[in-house]
Amino acid sequence: MSLSSKDLLGIKGMTVDEIKLILDTAATFKDVSEREIKKVPTLRGKTVINLFYEASTRTRTSFELAGKRLSADVINISPSSSSVVKGETLLDTARNIEAMKSDIIIIRHSCSGAPEFLSTRLKSSVINAGDGFHEHPTQALLDMFTIREKLGRLDNITVAIVGDIMHSRVARSNIYGLTTMGAEVRVCGPATMIPAGIEKLGARVYYDMDEAVKGADVVMMLRLQLERQAAGLFPGVREYAGLYGLNRTRLDRAEKKVVVMHPGPVNRGVEIASDVADNQSVILDQVTNGVAVRMAVMFLLSGGAKAEA
Amino acid sequence: MNILIKNGHIIDPANKIDEKLDILVSDGKIAKLGKPGSLAGNGARVIDAAGKIVVPGLIDMHVHLREPGFEYKETIATGTAAARAGGFTSVCSMPNTNPVNDCRSVTEFIISQAAKEAAARVFPIGAITKGSKGEELAEMGELHQAGCVAISDDGKPVMNAAIMRRAMEYSKIFDLAVISHCEDASLSAKGVMNEGFVSTELGLRGIPAAAEDVMTARDIALAGLTGCRLHIAHVSTAGSVRLIREAKQRGVKVTAETCPHYFTLTDEAARGYNTMAKMNPPLRTAEDVAAIKQGLKDGTIDVIATDHAPHGMDEKSVEFDYAPFGIVGLETALGLTFKLVQEGTLALSEAVRKLSMNPSEILKLNKGSLASGADADITIIDPNVEWTVDAAQFISKSKNTPFNGWKLKGRAVQTMVGGKI
Repeated sequence: MSLSSKDLLGIKGMTVDEIKLILDTAATFKDVSEREIKKVPTLRGKTVINLFYEASTRTRTSFELAGKRLSADVINISPSSSSVVKGETLLDTARNIEAMKSDIIIIRHSCSGAPEFLSTRLKSSVINAGDGFHEHPTQALLDMFTIREKLGRLDNITVAIVGDIMHSRVARSNIYGLTTMGAEVRVCGPATMIPAGIEKLGARVYYDMDEAVKGADVVMMLRLQLERQAAGLFPGVREYAGLYGLNRTRLDRAEKKVVVMHPGPVNRGVEIASDVADNQSVILDQVTNGVAVRMAVMFLLSGGAKAEA
Repeated sequence: MNILIKNGHIIDPANKIDEKLDILVSDGKIAKLGKPGSLAGNGARVIDAAGKIVVPGLIDMHVHLREPGFEYKETIATGTAAARAGGFTSVCSMPNTNPVNDCRSVTEFIISQAAKEAAARVFPIGAITKGSKGEELAEMGELHQAGCVAISDDGKPVMNAAIMRRAMEYSKIFDLAVISHCEDASLSAKGVMNEGFVSTELGLRGIPAAAEDVMTARDIALAGLTGCRLHIAHVSTAGSVRLIREAKQRGVKVTAETCPHYFTLTDEAARGYNTMAKMNPPLRTAEDVAAIKQGLKDGTIDVIATDHAPHGMDEKSVEFDYAPFGIVGLETALGLTFKLVQEGTLALSEAVRKLSMNPSEILKLNKGSLASGADADITIIDPNVEWTVDAAQFISKSKNTPFNGWKLKGRAVQTMVGGKI
C-alpha cells in the first residue's frame, strides 16, 4: 500500500492504516542511520526544498538529513537569505522554486494554513513542517513512533499533554493521531492556554496537572513561550513551573514505566526539571526517530510502497 | 422624459402600499401611482413590470467605495455601477479612504467625483475622529455642512470611551447618527476569525463574540448617557442582538444593521483557510445566525447593509493571517436577502423596508418612498429569476466574495436613479 495524498499537511483525516504504514516504513529506515554508510539510493535524482519561514534547527536539520540519507538533493531556503525580505509573496516564491523542478517542498511557516495554501497551487509534494498553531504532522508521527517503540502499542494507553495547548501545533497533531490510534488523550494547562472546544477533538481537559498525570503511560511536555507572560496568559515562570512543571514528585503519580517526552527545545526548570529531562525522558530518542519518520514520509510521498523499502 | 411602469407589484412600506399599481415618472420624479391601466402615458416610455416587484430604490448604508486612495480596489464609478447592478440607487461611503474623510475637502472631493461619474447616489459618511485615530474629534460641523450624512470610524473602533462620549454629545448639534463599529481591540487583538471550535482546529487566532458585545454594551450605555442617535454597524453576534433589543425596549435611541453574510454563513466557511470568508467582524456560529435572523424578524435589526469591502485578488491570495478583512456585497445582497423571504424569515415588505425606508430614516436621506413628488429612485425586481453568482461577471472592480457559484433566486432587473434607466 502507499499514501493516498500527494502531500502531508496534517494528521487530521489520516486513517489508522496510513499512520501504521508510515510508522512501519520508518522502522525499516531507522536502521539506515545506524549503518556506517548512512545512505540509501531511494530518492536519487529527486529535489527536496526546505522552505523555512520560521527559525528551526532541529526540524530543519532532521528533514535535511532525512533527504540526504535517501540520496535526494536537498536545498535549504530561509527568509533572511531569500527574496522574502524583498516582499515576494509566498505563492511567487513557491512557484519560482517549482519552476526549477522541485519534487518535495517542506515548509515551516508561522501562519496556519500556509502549507495547505501551497499544496492546492503546486504540483510538488508539500510536507508541513509546522504551521502556526495548526499542525506539525511529522512531530506527531515521530512521537507516536517513539511511544510505540517504548510501550509496544498505541491503543489503550493514556497520554497526558501538558502546557500551552492553545498555541501548540504539536498538541493538535498528537491529539488527532493518538485518538485515531485508540489512545486516551488528556490535555492539561492553565485555563488561559486551553483553546475553545478542544474537547470536541476527543481530548479531556485538566487544569490540575497532578490529576492529569495520574496513571498516565505517557507525559508529553510542551515548551512554554516565555513571551506569553506579557499577553497575560500566565502570571510568572515560578508559578507556572509550580503548577505545570514536570518534576520527580509529580512523575511518581504516573505509571511506573511512564514515557516522558518533549518536542524541544526545552526550558530546563520551567516545564520540565533537569533531572527528569536527563534521566527519565526519551527526548533524544524522539530526535533520532524523527529522521527515520521523515525518511519514511518522503519515501512514501514519492510514490514508494512499503514492500520496496 | 416620462416613463410608465406598468403592471408591477408595488411594495412601498413608507406609504403602506403592497398591491398592483402603475407608476408614472416625470422629469426624474414620481408623478403618480394608479390602478393598472388607469394612468395616461402621453407618449411615455413604457416598462412592462408584469410579474415583477417594484420597490423604492434600495439604499446600502455601509459601502467602501475606496476612492480616494485605493482606486485599484474600487472607484466611485465602479462601486456605484456595481450598486446599481445589485438594485441599489443610493450608497453611503465609509470614510476609511486615503486620506480619511475627516474634513470638508475630502467630502467635497467625493461629492464632486460622484457628480461626474457615479451611477448611483453617493452619501458620504465622515469620520468620528481625525484620521480615525480615536484621539481627537473630527470637524463634524464642517463634515455635516459639506454633505456627510453620518459619522463613523468604521473599521477602527473608538477605544477611548470618553472620546466616544464626546463625539456622541457633539453629534447632537447636527442630529447626525453615530455609526459604531463595535469591537474591543484589546479582546480581538490579532484575531483573524471567530474564536471557537473552528479556529481551534484551524489554529487561527480567534476574535471572541465578547469583543463585539462589550463594545455594543458600552456604546448603548453612552447613547443612554448622551441621548445621541446610535447606529450599530454590522451586527454579528447573538449577544449584540440581545443588548440592542433590550436597549430599544428601554427607549434608548439605537438602531442596527447586519449584513447578508452574517445571516447566511458561519465560521465553517473559513475552513480550507478560505480568505473569501475573512471579514471583520468575523463569521460566527449557527446560534449567532439564528439570533440575527430573529433580530431581523422582530425588528431589533432595522437595516440590511452590505459592508461592501472590495480587495484585489492578489491581496486575498495569501496566507489567511495576511489577507485583508472584507468581502464585496453589492451584487449579491438582494439575492441573499430573498433567501430570507423564501424561507419565511422575513415578509417581502419587511425586507424592502430594511433595504430602503429604514436606512433613509436613520440617515434622514428623504428617500425610500414612492410617494408622488419623490425622486424617481426605483428598483424593479424579478423575484422568480434563478441565477448563479459568477464573481468574474461582477461590475465591481473586486471579486472577493464567498458566494461565488451560489444559486440564488431573485434579482434586480432594472434600477432607476432619478428617472434615469
